[in-house]
Amino acid sequence: MSLIEVKGLKKSYGNVHAVRGVDLSIAQGEIFSLLGPNGAGKTTTVEILEGFRTRDAGSVSVLGFDPQTRGNESRIWRNRIGIVLQSSSDAGDLTVIETIKHFSGYYSNPRNVDEVIHSVGLKEKEDALIRNLSGGQRRRLDVALGIIGNPELLFLDEPTTGFDPEARRAFWALIQQLRTDGTSILLTTHYLDEAEALADRVAVINNGVIIEVSTPAELGGRATSQATVQWRDGDAIKFEKTDNPTALVSSLSARFNGEVPELIVTRPSLEDIYLEMIGGANE
Amino acid sequence: MNKIPCALQLGIRRGGLEIRQFARQRESVVFTLLFPVILLAIFGSVFKDTIAPGVTFSQYFVAGMIASGLVNTGFQALAITIPMERDFGALKRLRGTPMPASSYFIGKAILIFASMVVQILLLLGFGVLFFGLEMPTDPGKCLTFAWLVLLGSACSTALGIAFSIVPKSGRGASAVVSPIVIILQFFSGVFFVFTQLPSWMQQVAAIFPLKWLTQGMRSVFLPDSFATQEVAKSWETERTAVILLVWLAIGIFFSVRKFKWDRD
Repeated sequence: MSLIEVKGLKKSYGNVHAVRGVDLSIAQGEIFSLLGPNGAGKTTTVEILEGFRTRDAGSVSVLGFDPQTRGNESRIWRNRIGIVLQSSSDAGDLTVIETIKHFSGYYSNPRNVDEVIHSVGLKEKEDALIRNLSGGQRRRLDVALGIIGNPELLFLDEPTTGFDPEARRAFWALIQQLRTDGTSILLTTHYLDEAEALADRVAVINNGVIIEVSTPAELGGRATSQATVQWRDGDAIKFEKTDNPTALVSSLSARFNGEVPELIVTRPSLEDIYLEMIGGANE
Repeated sequence: MNKIPCALQLGIRRGGLEIRQFARQRESVVFTLLFPVILLAIFGSVFKDTIAPGVTFSQYFVAGMIASGLVNTGFQALAITIPMERDFGALKRLRGTPMPASSYFIGKAILIFASMVVQILLLLGFGVLFFGLEMPTDPGKCLTFAWLVLLGSACSTALGIAFSIVPKSGRGASAVVSPIVIILQFFSGVFFVFTQLPSWMQQVAAIFPLKWLTQGMRSVFLPDSFATQEVAKSWETERTAVILLVWLAIGIFFSVRKFKWDRD
């Protein structure tokens, strides 16, 4: 069953056609990542799914509800989703635990406050005022507030911007744990390695349309694209692009009598493929 | 599956949270709660005359300070702080939860009412102790005082929430809102005796709630003999109630219809 179903979604701002016919289908239990450059229609699409913006055309279903629904229907729907927005800096005069406890009161079946504080790693900071948190801790609080309602679907917008590498790894582990617990996640990110580490499927959006939907490993024909073999030959670094890297390596191995000096075999990174895709689409 | 908490229950909880947040902002607590007291101290020391037999300027001024306190604490504070909350992304985050807009509004109303009560108690206590302020003893006047504070506070809250859609950013909000409030205070007879103002000023002021709140407060704190010195030769109590109710309705209408949760 798909949690999110989008068909022919369109949205314009005056003469700017931000979204020009987006189709998406996101399944229960998956982490789905939406990738795209600034101005590609990514934010508009996600904000329509989150119910923050209205659409001009097309059909949208999120957990079986139209996000444009208002009133009590909207509360029932919002009770089942969680949203982690980009940076917010409010309520600096409350403590972590006060804020999370208060937000838990908005939902019919919230998660245990203490458990959530633990899972985002803020136990030691629970009595700290929010204004005294570091950027990374604040982001963890944002996530805590996003998941406190025990959502079936979580929207995560640029969750690790400004994190140091260690904090990012810890954060990824948290997101993977959420998925294991049964939460479906729609992730928008600028970090391709983040999408690769977390997402089951990625969609690339550019100029208001979806260019491709695939697994990170297969996007843009990545799995079958040419490999680059690089090695040292005397003083020179040599490399060769090939469809048959194994054959090339074994012929090199024969030439060097065993170990090939400084051997590296690579395929294009997700970032290489992505840049090629959006570059090609922009021409 | 439990039920989603009802709007009123969440509104009361939000009120508690708003008060807690407010109480921790020391500067704004001092400013909001003590500013009227400071003004009374200044004006009360400068103007020592009586403006009518047995009516000191302080007695007249307290009525104006309570009325304008309602406008400062409600309308002005909300029309400035809500755009800031909007800039911080706090409102958008709330919008993404099942908390209904009405709960947010109720929370603000509770905050404003609570800080009004504290502010008035401080002002009256200070006035009685140092400026010979005489408190009303007549039950009818006490009742008028109670509904004026309640209705004035609700009206000021609703209009402050409604007006929060006007400033484009939190940074510029003060520049938009403060002049309006100051001009309104001068026009409405807070700092001067209303009947001594030019009649065009009186007529402009009569459109807005502050003039009526001030006049209502005078009916509480000044002797009934003073009513003949009002423009209409009477306190116009019923008319005051009607005009405040109309403004309350206008405020609620725009708050519900036009409230902005997001910057764009």
